[in-house]
Parts: sequence; structure tokens; C-alpha cells
Amino acid sequence: MTSAIAVTAAGLQVLGVAAAAPLVVGGMRQVRARCEGRAGGGVAQPWRDLRKQLRKQSLRPAGTTAVFRLAAPLLAGSALLIAAAAPLISTGSPLDSTADLFAIVGILFLGTVALALAGLDTGTAFGGMGASRELTVTALVEPTILLAIFALSIPAGSANLATIVTATTHHPSHVVTPGALLALVALVIVILAETGRLPVDNPSTHLELTMMHEAMILEYAGARLALVEWASGMRLTVLLALLANLFLPWGIAGPHPGVAALVLGAGALAGKVAILAGIVAAAEVFVAKLRLFRVPELLAGSFLLAVLAVTAASFLTPVSG
Amino acid sequence: MTTALTAGPAAPAQAPVSATPRWPWLARAASALTVAVGVLGVIAGVAGLVHRFAPVRVGWLIPLIGLRLHLDPLGGLFLALIGAVTVPVGVYLVGYARREHLPPLTLWVIPAFVAAMLLVAAAGSVTTFLLGWELMALASLVLVLTDHRRDVVRAAGVFYAIVTQLGFVAILLALMLLSSSAGADSFAGLAAHAGRVSPAMRATVFVLTVIGFGSKAGLLPLHAWLPRAHPEAPSPVSALMSAAMVNLGVYGLVRVDLQLLGPGPRWWGVVLLIVGGLSAVYGVLQATVATDLKRLLAYSTTENLGLIVLALGAAELLAASGARSVATVAIAAALLHLLAHAAFKTLAFLAAGSVLAGTGLRDLDRMGGLARPMPVTTVLFGVAALGACGLPLGAGFVSEWLLVQALIHAPRHHDATVALAMPLAVGAVALSTGLAVTAMVKAFGVGFLARPRSPEAERAREAEPSMLAGMGLAAAACAVLALTPSLVGGALRRAAAAIPLGPVAASPAHVRLDARIRLPGVAGSIAPGWLAVSLLAATACAIGLSGWGRRHRPPRAAVPLWACGADELSPRMQYTATAFAEPLQRVFDDVLRPDTDIEITHHAESRYLVQKVHFRAEIVDGIERRLYQPIEGAVRAWAGWVRRAHSGNVHLYLGYGAIGLLVVLVLAR
Repeated sequence: MTSAIAVTAAGLQVLGVAAAAPLVVGGMRQVRARCEGRAGGGVAQPWRDLRKQLRKQSLRPAGTTAVFRLAAPLLAGSALLIAAAAPLISTGSPLDSTADLFAIVGILFLGTVALALAGLDTGTAFGGMGASRELTVTALVEPTILLAIFALSIPAGSANLATIVTATTHHPSHVVTPGALLALVALVIVILAETGRLPVDNPSTHLELTMMHEAMILEYAGARLALVEWASGMRLTVLLALLANLFLPWGIAGPHPGVAALVLGAGALAGKVAILAGIVAAAEVFVAKLRLFRVPELLAGSFLLAVLAVTAASFLTPVSG
Repeated sequence: MTTALTAGPAAPAQAPVSATPRWPWLARAASALTVAVGVLGVIAGVAGLVHRFAPVRVGWLIPLIGLRLHLDPLGGLFLALIGAVTVPVGVYLVGYARREHLPPLTLWVIPAFVAAMLLVAAAGSVTTFLLGWELMALASLVLVLTDHRRDVVRAAGVFYAIVTQLGFVAILLALMLLSSSAGADSFAGLAAHAGRVSPAMRATVFVLTVIGFGSKAGLLPLHAWLPRAHPEAPSPVSALMSAAMVNLGVYGLVRVDLQLLGPGPRWWGVVLLIVGGLSAVYGVLQATVATDLKRLLAYSTTENLGLIVLALGAAELLAASGARSVATVAIAAALLHLLAHAAFKTLAFLAAGSVLAGTGLRDLDRMGGLARPMPVTTVLFGVAALGACGLPLGAGFVSEWLLVQALIHAPRHHDATVALAMPLAVGAVALSTGLAVTAMVKAFGVGFLARPRSPEAERAREAEPSMLAGMGLAAAACAVLALTPSLVGGALRRAAAAIPLGPVAASPAHVRLDARIRLPGVAGSIAPGWLAVSLLAATACAIGLSGWGRRHRPPRAAVPLWACGADELSPRMQYTATAFAEPLQRVFDDVLRPDTDIEITHHAESRYLVQKVHFRAEIVDGIERRLYQPIEGAVRAWAGWVRRAHSGNVHLYLGYGAIGLLVVLVLAR
């Protein structure tokens, strides 16, 4: 019975992320447009774009292989799996003991790798350029992510997401420790880098020489492009939601939630993600894109913060048995 | 005109391939013998793992010292591993020998090489171990020199011979010192009398074995033979060396330092941790910028062996700090990664061999587009590359997950060494995983996808059925380790139990490699099989969703690539392997120090008009340049000085002999 509720909660998470991802992207564009004094296309514009793309002709670029065709569904599948396994609405995901935070990061990178291979598969200069830049960033992001997880897992004693989130719910003081705050800053930088936001990559650019994510997906069209854009939105949404719940877990439903708790959890999550997305979008108005070869400096800085976070957490957290 | 030009050289290139080798049965017989030796190794290994045998002494085989064999769980794991690597290589050899015309000497030395490796793992005494080790070194040298008519192969052979013999000297010294101070020759006797060895002698033996076995395992700074010897050896030999032989370096470390002399003091763990971490990061960094496919794989071997030694070092350090349950997780990670690395590296080298046989290319910058002419090889190399990435669904994921879990769950008794070492170790593991992803995406994406960058790549042919079958076996092993590592859980548990991590009285809990992996004393779990199933289901779901609105779509069509408005995209416009790694090369410029050279020729009329640009970039192994070359120079200078004594006078030489004999007699008195 409880497992039925847990499965329902996980299904709800997936459906919620799937439905809300284009709205998050649309909302961020709208905030940015308003800050810049434009009218903007409306929050639902990405959904309208998706509907338009899904009705367009399927085009197969000459010379591409199955890698190009399968990369888009794999990217979307990885995002859906993370949405199902992460504690977003409730902490009782049936996949929680299947995938801990390290496995989730691995699945996330699997999606990145699939898209990079698709970029290389096209055999164009842009595809290779985007793939090369994306993987440079990914390679440098990985140490920071793992160390930030390390810092977060020290107070909870585990890298399983539900355990970390539950521990933070029970001991709110964990959030204001130096270790957690440093880990927060490090994670924010890597999430911005991994989802292709400013200052690492400009999501609204179509100037070829500065593109990263857009360069890899240049040859996609129609339904596959829709899938890639939807998946990118889901990655952004899931990572923002995960960030919110790792540091501000309040409102999340427990492992065996009732209906009211689930509704409350969903509402709290929507609010948290909306606020975070709004902050990111508003901040992007004031930030310029970094030169590509300055990005490693930013990531090295975040790595240093993550090392400090681990050190702070391991020396300042009281040993509990 | 262009078609005539490209079709022209195709005809002679085909000619030698179709020629029949002189002894067609020889290749088949040698392959069958290799497979048989491999199967024997697996059987002996499994027997050693499940049953307790008494040592066997075969006195008549070698006069004076005799041959002492002892099957135990630790040696059994390595026997089974060597055998399991050999079987797919033997199957692969049937087609490869025919296609590449391997000479008879190479074909017959391959099974002998495998037998020597098995002898090392089955040895029950120091003398037998050293005998097997030297046989293995000699056999592998013969195999590296297969194509000895090429200068670069001879240079690689000399380099390999020097490193491997210097390593042997270190091992010989270490084991002789150990054997004489403990007063025993057999491993069982050494284990019983290890208490007699003084701490100073233990430290000496440890340092010498780290040098000797580290050189075999390709650890820094003695890794330089790997990227020289592996690319020049025939690919099945590269697979055997990289997936089986280097593991014996780890075996030596585990057997001598962790089992016979273990558990060691804390600084042993720290030394192994540092050597392993540096090897992992440096190896993978060189792999990221390598453009020769087999050189890339050789550097990846340094990386993975570095990770294994890092895990062993973490286990020693944790055990010395009193965290035995976490130390068992680290040991399990080391042994599982050993198996995973063997599986994906066998597959990767065999696939590289198929590419070499099908195109004659090792240079990634000239490959590309192999997915169409060589679909099966492409998929199989993809499996190997995924394993080397350490991402979920790959063979290396579970072991790297175990390693990170062990590192992050170190006890926090305000122990400064552990508290500093563990985050840095996590950083090293994570950086090497991230860079390994880049290196492997480069190898797979640039080498196999996209469009052919050279006429050779365009004319690629799929490998022969027996080669595909051999690679299929290795791919199956990768799949087992990635999805159901529970199948090897029992073997790992028995082998790990042989490594003491503290007082023998308390038996520690074990890592349970079930479908859902749970760790002793650590709250953490994953289920790799379920993860794969869930990901496939989610991907299928995404494919289904992308069919929404299909009714409205016009029929699908193939379109040319977008060429920015230009007429045609030529394959030369693609990113090459060098270009792909350029951003990372810039980031790690201080470590890699590439030699770049730009020559610009201007027009005679104006220096603002460029006539020709010549760009050359080369990445030489920095450690090789800064550490090896001064030593080589010193040795040369010394040899030149000694040469003065060689006057050519026979009487003088007789005098030298007499003096030498006198010195020996006085010393041995």
C-alpha cells in the first residue's frame, strides 16, 4: 500500500517535471524579457514551440548514424529517470536505493555524453566544436560535483538523496554551517555550467563562435529538436529542484505521504523552483558570457570552494558515533 | 578525375590482404593452444578460489630450486582473470593472425607468454615467482618486437627491456632481502615468519616493491614504457599486456606488501594513495590529448591501474586508522576495478586491432566514419569506451562508485592525515573520471562517428567473424560487470578475505555485491541492473512521446548538412582529435607543455600576404623528458668514462678478471 503511494509520488514527480520544464524555461525568458524592457513571448511560449516542432517534418541529416537518432531520446530518458529518482515532492522514491547522488550525477553525464556524440556524429565543424567545449566543461565540473556531494554527505552519513534531505529536515542547522554554504556556492556554479546558463554558455545565442549547447544540436529539427529542448528544460528544472531540496527541504512530503502532504510537497517545490529560476534569470541580465578560456578559472574556483566545503564539514561537524 | 584518383591506390592496397599466408594451419593451432591455456587458467583460478589446496613442489622440473606452486584465493583471482582475458584474445587471434600475417615465432610465444603469467600467479615461493616473472618479461619483449624491421618498434623494445629489467632488479632485491630476513622461501613460510622482519627491512622491501611492481603496473614515474610498447605490439598482444600483465604488478603489491607484510604502517597507505592518484590524473590527462588510438588506450591503462593502487592505498590507510569495514569497501573497489579494467581494456585493444587491420590506421586524426563500414566493431568499441568512462551502464561504474563510497565514508576522528587525504583522493578520482569521459568520447566520436578523414578510413572493412566473436566474449564480460556484478561477488569476497586489514581475530563484514549493492557500515546503495532497466524504460518512454503529433507531419526526408551557406562541407572541416582536445590542452598547459611550432612563409611582395603556414604541435610525455633524459644522459656520460678502461689489450682484461675474482673471494670469505 505504501509502495503504491510511493510509486504514485514518483509518477507525479515525473509528470510534474515533464509538464513544468517548458514553463520554467518560458518563465525565465519572460523574467529576462521584462527586466530588459521587452514584452516577451509569454510563459507558455516553449510549450507552443514544442507543439509546432512536433508537427514538423522529420529530417535526417546526410551521413548521420543511429547515435544521432538515439541521443535525443537518451537525453530525455536520463532527465526523466533523474526526475523519478530524486526526492522532489516526497522522500520515498522507489528508486532511491537504486540510485544515490553519485549515480544521478552519472546519469546526468550520460545524457551530456550522448548529446556530445550526436554533435560529433554530424561531421560538421560546429558539432565537433560544441562537443569539445561541452566535454571540457563537463570534465572540469565533475570533481566539483563529487566533492560537493561529499561535503553534503558528511552530516547525513550517506550519499543517498533521501537520507541527506531527511537529515536536513530534522536538523535545519546543517544548512547554515560553513561546509554547507560553501557546497551551495560550488553546486550553483556547476549547475549553471552543466545546464548551459550564463556566464558559461548563453542559452539565447545563435552566434556560432560562442555556442556550446546550441552548436551540438544545430542539425536537429522537428520532433527530435523538440525532444532535445524539452530534455534540456527538464535537466534545468530537476537540478534547480534538487538544489532547492538539498538546502531548503521544508515542505517536502515524507517517505509514506498522504494526499495532503503530496499536494503540499508539490506546491512547495513549485514555489521554490519558481523563485530560484526567477533569481537565475534576473541575475543573467547583469552578467556577460565569460570567454571560453576563462571558464576553467571559474570552475577551478568552484572546485576550491568544494574542497573547502569538505574540509569545513569534516572538521566542524561533530562526530556522532 | 577525383574518382579516378581515389580509386587508383585502392587496388594495390587490397592485394596483399587477399594473399594466403604460408602456414594457414599454424595460426589456427596457435590460437587453439592460446584458448586452451586460457581455459586452463580459468579452471585453475576457480579451483583456487573455491577449494583450499596444499602447495605442490615439482622438484625435477628445475634443478636446485624446484618449482613450488600454490593455488590460493588471491592467486586464484588473478589466474582466473588472466585466463578470462586470454580466451577472447585467443579466439580473436584466429582471424587477426590471418589478416595481419603474424610470424610463427609471435604466434607460438603468445601461449608461452600466457603460461608464464599463469606461473607468476600460481607461484608458491619467491624463486618460482621470480622465474615466472622473468619468463613473462622475456616473452612479452619478444612479442613487442614482432615487427622488428621498423625503427620505432626496436626503440620501443629497447625501452621496454630496460624498464622491465630494472623493475626486475628491484623486485629481485626486495624479495631476496625479505626471504633472507624472514628465513623462508615459500610464501606460506614468509607469511608465518613475517614477524621476524625488522621495521627498517619492511620499509626497504616496501619501497623496492613499489618501484619494481609499479614499473610493471605502469605507475608514475615508471609508466613511460606503456605508451611506447603498447602501440607497437600487435593488438592481441597489447590486449594481453594491458589487461593481464600489468595486473600482475598489482598482484605483486598485494601479495608482498598487503598480504605477507601487511597490514602496513600508515605511510604505506599514503605512499600508495599518492602514487595511485598522480598516475590516475597524469595518465588520463595524457590520454585526453593523445591522438594515436592505442597510445590513448595505453595511457588509460596507467590511469586505471592508478585508481586501483589508490584504492589499495586508501584501504591500507583506513585499516591503519581503525576503519576496517570501510577498508573492505576500498579493497572490493580495487579488485572489482581490476576485473572491470581487464574486461573493457581487452575489448578496446581488440577493437583498435580490428580498426588497424581494416584500415591500417592508428591515428585518430585520420579516422572517422567507421560506423558504416565496421558497424559491429563500432558498437563493441562503444561498449569498451563506456566502460572506461566510469558512467552508469559501463563496466567501470560500480567499482568507481565503491571507491568513492569508501573515500567519503572515512571516519572523522579528527585525524588530519585522513581528513586531508580523502577529499584530495575524491578530487583525483573525480578529475580522472571527468577527463576519461572526454578521452573516450574523443576516441569513439572522432574515430568511429562523423565522416572519413582519409581514403584509408573510407575503404575500411569489417573484421573477420572470429575477431568479432573474440570481441563479443569480452563485451559480454563488460556487460556482466556493468549490470550484474553479483556474478563475481563470491570470487571477490574470497580473494579480499586473503588480505589482512587488521588483527585476524575479528572477521570484518563484506561488501555484498547483490543486485542491490549494500556496503558494510556505510549507508549507501545502488542497483546497477535496475538503473539500466529504468533508463531504458525512460528512453523508450521518450521515444514514444516524440511520436506525438506524427499525424500532422509530412513524410521524413534526408537532407544535406548545413554548410553555413557554402557549397559543400569537406571532411577536412570536421573537428579532429587534436582540435577536440585543444581546450583541455590549454587548460592543462603547465602540465602538458606541448611543443608547438608555427612557420609562416610570406609572399615576396608583401609581408602582409601569407603564402604558407606550417603548424606543428607535439606533446611529449613531460615526465619522460624531465626525468628520463637526464638519467639517460648521465648513464651515457658514465659509460663513456668507463669505456676508457677498454683499451683492447687482452692482458689488461685478464688483469681486470683477476682483480674482480679477488674482490669476490675476499667479500665472500
